[in-house]
Amino acid sequence: MPSLLFCGPKMAACGIVISIWGVIMLVMLGIFFSAKSAVLIEDVPFTEEDIRNDKNPPGTIYGLYNQVGINCFIAAAIYVAVGAVSLCQGHLVIARNWLNGQHYSFRFSSLDLHTNSG
Amino acid sequence: MDSFFRSEEMCLVQLFFQTESAHNCINELGHLGLVQFKDLNPGTVAFQRRFVKEVKKCEEMERILRFLENEVVKSNIPIPADFTSETIPVPRDVLDLESRFDKLEQELKEINSNRDTLRQNFTQLMEINHLLKVFDAFLFYLHDRFVAGVIKHERFPAFEKILWRLFHGNFVLRHAEIKPHEEENMADPVKKDVFVVFVQGDQIRGKIRKFHASMYPCPNNAYARKEMRTNVNTRIEDLRLVLKRTEEFRETTLTAAAANLQEWASKVKKMKAIYYTLNLCNIDITQKLIVAEIWCPVSDLNSVHTALIHGSEQSGSSLSPVVNRIQTQQTPPTFNRVNSFTSGFQSIIDAYGVGNYQEINPAPYTMVTFPFLFAVMFGDCGHGLVMTLLALWLILHQEHFRKLKNELIDMLVDGRYIIFLMGLFSIYTGLIYNDCFSKSFNVFGSSWSVRPMFHPHGPWTNDTLHDSGHLHLDPLVSGVYSGNPYPFGVDPIWNIASNKLSFLNSYKMKMSVIMGVAHMLFGVTLSLVNYIFFRNLKDVALQFIPEVIFMLSLFGYLIFLILYKWCVVMKSESAPSILLLFINMMLFDYSSEGTVLYRTQKPVQIFLVVVAVLMVPWLLFAKPLLLYRKHKQLKFLSLPFCLSLFFGVKKAFVSLQVSMADIFVYQGIHTIEYCLGCISNTASYLRLWALSLAHAELSEVLWKMVLQVALRVTSGMGSVLLAVTFAAFAVLTVTILLVMEGLSAFLHALRLHWVEFQNKFYKGSGYKFTPLSFNRMRDMQ
Repeated sequence: MPSLLFCGPKMAACGIVISIWGVIMLVMLGIFFSAKSAVLIEDVPFTEEDIRNDKNPPGTIYGLYNQVGINCFIAAAIYVAVGAVSLCQGHLVIARNWLNGQHYSFRFSSLDLHTNSG
Repeated sequence: MDSFFRSEEMCLVQLFFQTESAHNCINELGHLGLVQFKDLNPGTVAFQRRFVKEVKKCEEMERILRFLENEVVKSNIPIPADFTSETIPVPRDVLDLESRFDKLEQELKEINSNRDTLRQNFTQLMEINHLLKVFDAFLFYLHDRFVAGVIKHERFPAFEKILWRLFHGNFVLRHAEIKPHEEENMADPVKKDVFVVFVQGDQIRGKIRKFHASMYPCPNNAYARKEMRTNVNTRIEDLRLVLKRTEEFRETTLTAAAANLQEWASKVKKMKAIYYTLNLCNIDITQKLIVAEIWCPVSDLNSVHTALIHGSEQSGSSLSPVVNRIQTQQTPPTFNRVNSFTSGFQSIIDAYGVGNYQEINPAPYTMVTFPFLFAVMFGDCGHGLVMTLLALWLILHQEHFRKLKNELIDMLVDGRYIIFLMGLFSIYTGLIYNDCFSKSFNVFGSSWSVRPMFHPHGPWTNDTLHDSGHLHLDPLVSGVYSGNPYPFGVDPIWNIASNKLSFLNSYKMKMSVIMGVAHMLFGVTLSLVNYIFFRNLKDVALQFIPEVIFMLSLFGYLIFLILYKWCVVMKSESAPSILLLFINMMLFDYSSEGTVLYRTQKPVQIFLVVVAVLMVPWLLFAKPLLLYRKHKQLKFLSLPFCLSLFFGVKKAFVSLQVSMADIFVYQGIHTIEYCLGCISNTASYLRLWALSLAHAELSEVLWKMVLQVALRVTSGMGSVLLAVTFAAFAVLTVTILLVMEGLSAFLHALRLHWVEFQNKFYKGSGYKFTPLSFNRMRDMQ
């Protein structure tokens, strides 16, 4: 059966690292957006009309905050999937290396002694 | 413990041991790794030394071992893992190993050449085979004269062109590509073509030879061809068998060699080291005694003695070696005992200059100040966290990284504890600057509040909001500023304020100056410790005291002004600028109104400037004048002795004058360097502000230009775009902000240590202690 392995060991490691970072950071961003943090105001796409035509201030802005927060959580879920795929690839790489036999290598270089002029 | 704050006390020791026990004793000392052999024959060239033949033999053996290793690796044979053999290499081992190596090398060379010849024959037979196979397809055009052969595929078009030119089209050329068989395991598969040329004349053969194409005699009739084919096939089968046997034999030989490869390698290395060391020693007339001089730390003399006794017992000699400590005027090497944590910091200090013998070692202080100054310039808790985790990974997987044998990665691994500390301190300064990937945390609740600015409390109405794009929060309106500053770090409201930089710049610049002056004062204080240790109390009064007073009266006062202005409440419109205050203080200009921070400012400042100016002639003239007086006294005392030799008096007088000029010039240079250096070095510490500003701005730009674009998309595919953009954000953060900014801040923090801090006290002109150590040799592999 054709191998399910499509990326090398380095790609798998990168994938795992980026997905862990992505999951943690995006989940935290999602939490902060849902908590309506003021520091993140620049990241919320509100316009002048949103503020002026608001029937129940600041309902529109809060709604936008929640939308962005949900976007962050979905992106975090995507990264969970990417992380799972990378983990599988990593396991397959290790299994393939074990089947192919392991390599010992050692380098022998001639001695380089210091001389001191005492 | 004293030993890390300054380098260890060393002693020069003479060793006498018997020639028979020399190998064992030096072997023991090598395992101990605590002595440095002094070269007792400095005049002799390398090939004049006593044991030069043996060293050459060892080098020859190393060459053979390298050749063996190459062969083993090429055949993909695994080399068994390292094991430490404690066998002591003795001289007769040299001969034994030498003969063994020579034999192995001969064998291997023979096998290789045989195999190559066999392979060549095999290739030829296969080509003939292919030729015969496709020949039948060509023979619809029967002609007597033809030549058949095999040529490289890429040369074929050129070949055809040449033939056209030669025979003016009077020939027939047929060719077919050889499809390689699966069994043919050639080293480099070269595509070849079979060709047949039907032509008159014999010049064709010469041309073919020029093209490095091989010609094969091909019989005319089909029956002879068939016979030839069976012949060739039998020969191919035979050759295949022989080749297989040759390969097997080669593999057996190599596997047997590979099992011992590492043991032999370490033995040869040790022997070479021992012979090299023996070359440095003296052998006395009777050829029975070896004299060696070693540098060794005083605290380790006992272990050296024990090791020597152990060595001589092993060799079975009757006399134990004699250890004799001698006094000397020569400067011993500088030895700082380090462990795996401190070795990184010691190496970055030594990179600038190894300290003088028993001078104070800046490394223990560097372990804290270097990561701290780096963190002041890096200051972001998100990036600091990533850096700390990266360093943690390096620390935990250290052996795995060392096995990769990449120079850059080796450098990273050597500095893993430095990077770890840099990351930890960056998290701390990131919390102080309240900066995490350019966003602030609001943990305690901001001290500023917007609601009191509105009616009825304050001046704002709804119209104010609609009219203006920028609004000012006025702290004088009650309730806007709660009166209690944010408990830890910068208030998070500054992150969304548009005049954030005016506040942060002023804060960071003043902080950099305070840290700079503190660091430099610490450096000057270390010079006091040096003077006291070397019993140089004269210099304490002549150099340390004026230096400290100069720096404190000018820059200490500047720090005082900064701290005073921070602590005292005043209206911001009427607060005097510290820069102008300082300039006017130096120019004695007190004419402008309202430029006092406190009542008695004018007399205090005048006093301080006068004191500072007085320090300059003290630094410049006091020491040379004192030395001049001492020399005159000496000359006066020695005059009766020199009266007999008029020439001698004149010479002494001339030398006195020359050295006086020298001393004055040297002292002048030192004074100018110190006084001007104070000013320029204090300004140099402003790079702490500049780099932290650059880092913060880069971080903000990266967020705004990369991540914010994806966050602001709320329609359908916003989350997918966010996921993709986040990957780009992560990659850019690591490459630009961690690697580039990290290297930059590392370099600048290092420069601040090497130049601004160390030129206050560090001489750095010693030489490093390099002991004979087999462990070190093995690690350097």
